[in-house]
Amino acid sequence: MKINVNGKDHTVSVNGNPSLLEVLREQLDLTGAKYGCGEGACGACRVLVNGAPVASCIMPAVNLQGNPIITIEGLEKNGILHKVQKAFLEEDVFQCGYCAPGMIITAVALLDRDPAPSKEAINSAMQGNICRCCTYPLIRKAIDRAIKNGENHEKAGVER
Amino acid sequence: MKKPALKDKGMFPEQYELLERTSSPVLSRRRFFKYMGTGLASFLLVSDVLSSRALANLGADERSIAEDTIAAWIQIGEDGKIKVFTGKVEVGQNIRTSLAQMVAEELFVPVKDIEMIMGDTRLTPYDRGTYGSLTTPQMGPKLKLAAASLREMLKELAVQEWSLGKGSLQLEKGYIHHPNNGKRLSYAQLANGKKLLRKVDEKVSLVPSGEWKIAGTSVPKINGMAFITGKHRYTSDMVLPGMLYGKVLRPPTYGARLKNIDTEKARNVQGVTVVQEGDFVGLTAPDSRTAAMALAIIEAEWHTVPQPGREDLFQLLKEQGETKEGDQEVEDMLQAAGAVLEQRFEIDYIAHVPLEPRAGLAEWTGDQLTVWTGTQRPFGVQEELQRTFQIPKDNIRVIMPDTGSGYGGKHTGEAGIEAAKLSKAVGKPVKVIWTREEEFKWAYFRPAGVIEARSTLAQDGKLAAWDFHNFNSGSAGIDTPYAVKKKNSQFHASESPLRQGSYRALASTANIFAIESQMDDLAFLRKMDPLAFRLQNLEDGRLKDVLLATTEAFGWTKAKPTEHGYGLACGAVKGGFVATCAEVQVEPGSGNVKILRLVTGFECGAIINPAHLKSQVIGCVLQGLGGALFEAVDFKDGKILNASLSAYRVPRFGDVAEVEVVLLDRKDLPSAGAGEAPIVGVAPSIRNAIFDASGHKINRLPMLPTGKVPV
Repeated sequence: MKINVNGKDHTVSVNGNPSLLEVLREQLDLTGAKYGCGEGACGACRVLVNGAPVASCIMPAVNLQGNPIITIEGLEKNGILHKVQKAFLEEDVFQCGYCAPGMIITAVALLDRDPAPSKEAINSAMQGNICRCCTYPLIRKAIDRAIKNGENHEKAGVER
Repeated sequence: MKKPALKDKGMFPEQYELLERTSSPVLSRRRFFKYMGTGLASFLLVSDVLSSRALANLGADERSIAEDTIAAWIQIGEDGKIKVFTGKVEVGQNIRTSLAQMVAEELFVPVKDIEMIMGDTRLTPYDRGTYGSLTTPQMGPKLKLAAASLREMLKELAVQEWSLGKGSLQLEKGYIHHPNNGKRLSYAQLANGKKLLRKVDEKVSLVPSGEWKIAGTSVPKINGMAFITGKHRYTSDMVLPGMLYGKVLRPPTYGARLKNIDTEKARNVQGVTVVQEGDFVGLTAPDSRTAAMALAIIEAEWHTVPQPGREDLFQLLKEQGETKEGDQEVEDMLQAAGAVLEQRFEIDYIAHVPLEPRAGLAEWTGDQLTVWTGTQRPFGVQEELQRTFQIPKDNIRVIMPDTGSGYGGKHTGEAGIEAAKLSKAVGKPVKVIWTREEEFKWAYFRPAGVIEARSTLAQDGKLAAWDFHNFNSGSAGIDTPYAVKKKNSQFHASESPLRQGSYRALASTANIFAIESQMDDLAFLRKMDPLAFRLQNLEDGRLKDVLLATTEAFGWTKAKPTEHGYGLACGAVKGGFVATCAEVQVEPGSGNVKILRLVTGFECGAIINPAHLKSQVIGCVLQGLGGALFEAVDFKDGKILNASLSAYRVPRFGDVAEVEVVLLDRKDLPSAGAGEAPIVGVAPSIRNAIFDASGHKINRLPMLPTGKVPV
């Protein structure tokens, strides 16, 4: 089966009906998305499918035909970090970092949908992502910074 | 589980996992470790004859470096890169960064010039493990001494090179500057590919904390970029050529033994190899989906034995707790006293839930075994592997890539050992990643416990008698920090229905919950302000300081709405001093409790990295919310009933209260660890705030599984 990941077409095997997470990690060696729970309850495995943050551990790969996928590895463009990645780096958010890819992917999807989300909207969007080190306040600061960075970009007329 | 026999001084009984399998031979600590110098230009001072002779006397070959030499800890490459070796591991405490800062400070180099080699049994000196908040107070000074010794040696070499007398040399960014002719020599030039075997000078002078330029600053996480781009490879992300995915058959219930097994269907799946050695049944497959499917079609019958459930837990822990003789004087005082505050506290099991479940990757090359695994004790896993395979320890290399957290839950090596067994059987590298369910069921839990406390006050409002008994949960933090005329604090080992072991701050969380609840209730009986009552009974100046700083930041004396309550708690744990103030709201109609605000003050000596310290405190406080409010392991008939993240609730974004951190920097005091202590004030401060708001005393952890107090 053909799937498109980070702008590239790949042919992958779907024998045994693997999850998208298994295909990404085991066939394409894209290990940024993590296994955390296997039931879509922790957010560690999230990737963007048509811009939505999808739990790849419970998404059958066969559902992805014609639906382009962006993983954490695909956020960087020409060696330049996505503004959300940059904000997380600048806020020096993480302890163990295992939740980072899923956290960032979810935040990217949120800000793409709503460039200026309320506190409640952030809570609700991020509720499905667990950080066991509980760096939540730092994650919030990073999201706030990314929102600000976005505003500055728009003011300066820079393409996001 | 059997009652543990405490062997080691400085250990706590609740570190049960460290005492498992004690029937196997215990090996003496290695004095030397093999040094594989590939690509490294470590150096030896030709003039350093003493160390060379010392080495020869010990009969060590030249690949071995004694642990008291500088090169065991720090080496300078020809490219000027500085490699630092430590058996400590990174599980999210950001010690890779803070240790590098400490070394950089002594060597006058930027942090980016330092590479930390951590938790590799072949490259790094022996280390018991990364637990007990010991990295900062123990490994920090060790590396600082090695770095400062190296610095002094480089200065000596420069003096020789320039034929100078003793004079003041300027050190900067990896160079030593000539005092007057403008010339400079790099550390790499001075080191010049020589091996360094001089002993670490235990008396070398260190940069005074008042003059720190790198330590004491918020250096960002080393390799931070690798984490936000998804490029860091945790063990579970690693791949070797020809690698297979392994799975292990688990019993359906605790204590079950294999009766019959039919693996034929699994064997017939293409690419699957079933491995059976006694009760160990596992398999390998080319991908994890095939491995999981093949495992599911193994048909096994099991002998089961009755197992206790959660409803019997506290009765059982108390009944089976060891009996100890109490303190007669305390007993007499309590009997004679007019008013005795007597309370019982119940503490549930909780799970660590590291977001990266246990993972191990093993590869055999002839009789040499390499295991990559996320463990807080790589040298402990090496010993477990040695016992498992009965091969020399030198043939086993355990490597710990920076891991998806532990919180005290990864002191053992299960996944690595399983991977090694399977790999040995199939002759290929094998990776085993535990499922979330396996992590819940087959790792170990924070011990449950029952605490019984009795106390009474003297006429002057000071503590007169204090009697405190902890059944099973543990002895860490069992001693009250308050001055008492006569006290008796005892730990009673018991039989635990579930496998249990270390957890962040060990039993301090449970013991301080009980101590601080008791203190608050005594203050109430005495009609005293909880802060004033504590200050009246506290002797430790550091704990008083942090209590005052925290209550001031919180606004302890400020008025509050009627439905709101204030609570506080404090404690001294592992060299750190912590106080937490909580503000809660209890809705009178529904009994719903909202945690509005948590202010935590923390003092752990001289601060190495303020931003990362603050992050640790925040992490402790918010992780502590889970155990305080809603986390509990539910079990029955040998099964865990909530072994998934949809059933076992951990703190999420919506649970996060307003969190404020007050850091006290004591530059005049040695730095202590910070990954554990700040967790202990959360539960009791909330408990006391709920009492303040509603008059409900909740003497169990978790306090609010339904989010409500009874109405």
